[in-house]
Amino acid sequence: MTTKQLALVIDLNVCVGCHACVTSCKEWNDGGSAGPLSDVNPYGKDPTGTFFNRVQTFEVGEFPKTETVHFPKSCLHCEEPPCVPVCPTGASYKRAEDGIVLVDYDKCIGCGYCAWACPYGARELDPTEKVMKKCTLCVDRITDELLPPGDRQPACVMACPTNARLFGDVHDPESVVSKAIRERGGYALMPEWETKPANMYLPRRKTEAKT
Amino acid sequence: MKPAWSVILLTTLIGAAQGLFLVVFVLDVFKSTPREFILYGCGMSLLLLGCGLLASFFHLGRPERAWRAVSQWRTSWLSREVIVLPAFTAGVFLYGLSGSKAAGAVAALLCLALFACTGMVYACLKFLQEWRSPFTLVNFFLLGTASGITLSVPLAALFHPQLAGPLALGAFALGALAWLARIASLVRNARLRPKSTTASAIGVAHPRIVQKAQGFMGGSYNTREFFHGRPDLLVRAVRWSFLLLLFPLPGWLLGWGGGSLASFVAAFVLQFTGLLAERWYFFAEAKHPQNLYYQAMS
Repeated sequence: MTTKQLALVIDLNVCVGCHACVTSCKEWNDGGSAGPLSDVNPYGKDPTGTFFNRVQTFEVGEFPKTETVHFPKSCLHCEEPPCVPVCPTGASYKRAEDGIVLVDYDKCIGCGYCAWACPYGARELDPTEKVMKKCTLCVDRITDELLPPGDRQPACVMACPTNARLFGDVHDPESVVSKAIRERGGYALMPEWETKPANMYLPRRKTEAKT
Repeated sequence: MKPAWSVILLTTLIGAAQGLFLVVFVLDVFKSTPREFILYGCGMSLLLLGCGLLASFFHLGRPERAWRAVSQWRTSWLSREVIVLPAFTAGVFLYGLSGSKAAGAVAALLCLALFACTGMVYACLKFLQEWRSPFTLVNFFLLGTASGITLSVPLAALFHPQLAGPLALGAFALGALAWLARIASLVRNARLRPKSTTASAIGVAHPRIVQKAQGFMGGSYNTREFFHGRPDLLVRAVRWSFLLLLFPLPGWLLGWGGGSLASFVAAFVLQFTGLLAERWYFFAEAKHPQNLYYQAMS
């Protein structure tokens, strides 16, 4: 276990599915240390592109008793990342100092094996760079000491209009993310594979309408 | 999963190469075997290994960096495979050149190690339940050796005719065994229940959850790499054709084809075609849990 483990906590109770985190992520990471995040045919008939973060929508229940769940999904920075040991070149690694799972784009041979080894589909092979890309928690932003401290957060967290995305060290029991996990029943995705995701999700809550 | 032709060719070609080498070496150890048979057997094995290796490069986005893949042998079965494959190729080359049984023995050990590495590349991925089974290793070994011994029959007919009969019998027996083991793995996989569900994927405990949008409409790496996108009918047709081509047809040619060189060549061609179909199905059959997140466009 690393001493520090940076992660996101995503509050499904307040996510409205606006995709602001998707576009701000794409904007920030298209340049900088992770960029470019290539698009193919962006304005043509069959556009496709590379993204670190997506917002998906699920319908739970049977009409008329249904609930819409907007579900942002990005790399979960697992404590036991199955994508790391399978990498034949060592390009895929988990940073000892803060637990971020990263790809060294100069070592990646683009074999795609790490993507096979990720149950969450968090990795995408860049179609023009031909190397594997994934969420870096905006590593070039959160560690940039030229930015004011309040701005040293992932682009998705800065962009979220409902504060559905929290960022911090989940190994520090007093951090905002640890408190949220503790007090709001934070849970992991696909716990059956024992990947121990660092990113956690906060469940939706029942709110009675006042009459 | 989407079947990748580079990997299909790699695994089938090197499997046959490994099987052929093993047949030649085992014969050399236990029977007096003419030099030509060893030479041509090793030559054919090297040709297949070369073609397999070449095919594997087409799987890489950055093939010029492939040398880096030898570095993570401590943790990665793929890295181990990348080391053992050229080592085994060198072993076959030395054995073919020198005829030394010691070199052959080393190559034989590397051959078995290569079967283990190739199988474990797939069997070690625990959430690909179709692959996570001893059957993956058994099938790679049996199908490789079966195709190798089938290939040795026409070679024997050319360079060592009195061995063609016994080898055809061996190819028949090994083909039958490989075929039965593959059927057993199909039965096993048909009974699998996926461990992950949409409920565990998004962490909402409800029996009825339907995806309404995956966040984009234009497709992505996730929708291309993990779905074969072929109709069920085609997948089933591939299954039935490889079940016919792996053993019943070549087995019939080996046993009742009149013993001509043409029938032996045809037996190998049919079986190898079946092997390509089998490997295609091996990928198509595997359901990746990430697909739970990509069920509906919008």
